[in-house]
Amino acid sequence: MRCDAVAEQLAGVADGSVQLDSRARKHVETCLRCQAELVQYRKLLRALRTMRTEVLEPAPGLVSDVLAALEQAGERQAVRGMLSGRKVAYVGGIAAATAAGAAGAIVIATLSRRGRLRLAS
Amino acid sequence: MPRTVTRSPRPESDEQMTGGLADLVARAREGDKEAFEAIVRATYVDSYTLAHRLVGNEEDARDVVQEAYMRAYRGLKRFRGDAQFTTWMYRITANCAATHLGRRARHRHDELPDDAQIVDLSPDGDPEANAARSALRDRLRLALADLPPKLRAVVVLRDIYDLPHEAIAAELGISESAAKVRLHRARRKLRERLYPMASDDGGDDGRHGEGEEGTEAVRAM
Repeated sequence: MRCDAVAEQLAGVADGSVQLDSRARKHVETCLRCQAELVQYRKLLRALRTMRTEVLEPAPGLVSDVLAALEQAGERQAVRGMLSGRKVAYVGGIAAATAAGAAGAIVIATLSRRGRLRLAS
Repeated sequence: MPRTVTRSPRPESDEQMTGGLADLVARAREGDKEAFEAIVRATYVDSYTLAHRLVGNEEDARDVVQEAYMRAYRGLKRFRGDAQFTTWMYRITANCAATHLGRRARHRHDELPDDAQIVDLSPDGDPEANAARSALRDRLRLALADLPPKLRAVVVLRDIYDLPHEAIAAELGISESAAKVRLHRARRKLRERLYPMASDDGGDDGRHGEGEEGTEAVRAM
């Protein structure tokens, strides 16, 4: 048996997910090269696992950025909710707003007509 | 590069934190906004660390974290209470990072292909002597950073964060077998980078290097 045939499996052996068949095991038992690789994989995997306890500290401001983005999204959602989910309550509001708006529109129309007149003269 | 801080493992306080987190998650699911804010504060350093490991730079990592919490907030109702919130958050972060990397790869051309040869910066010296634990970790960090992002993602999620193959495949949008192949290649590249002597001396026992193996794989297809 050649090392190549076993090499693919050595990392799996090191993490316990692969069990070698008896031929492969016999090869590794007598092959210093494969044994060395197995030990290297074991060290590599152990080092990777310990990286789990390391954290990278982000530059300040990340939390506030995240919370600001959430806040914005929350507001958008609230608006959508108002436009769709609360139509009944909203209709009354529209009626009132229309009445007020109509009065306002007259004022604006008057003002703009005046403005235009002034520009024309 | 942000500062690396090693956290000593504190199982008791971790357990306390997990318990506290579960409570916060339950409250957030009921619509408690302050509870979700507290979740963000409790977990953002972890999420950022993962994001940075996946995308490899600070700016993109921040974008990924922001996007991940938005998705978590929107999807909180779908979160099953029996799963670990941290694991769920890792999965969302991984998914956002994959999307981000995909977007970046379409716009820029700086991504290394999967087969790029890793350049070893310190081939001299006795590798065994260099393998003192902290030195090994420093070199591992560099080696990870030099991996092509697609390979790096799989080894980071599997070997550092202990996510199952199935979850990794789902979040990266690849098949489970592709995830396993990438994991194998990533581990091999890392090992070869950390222990250059072992695979660089050629030898006459039929063991061969990267290039020949690649050719053989092509021939086999």
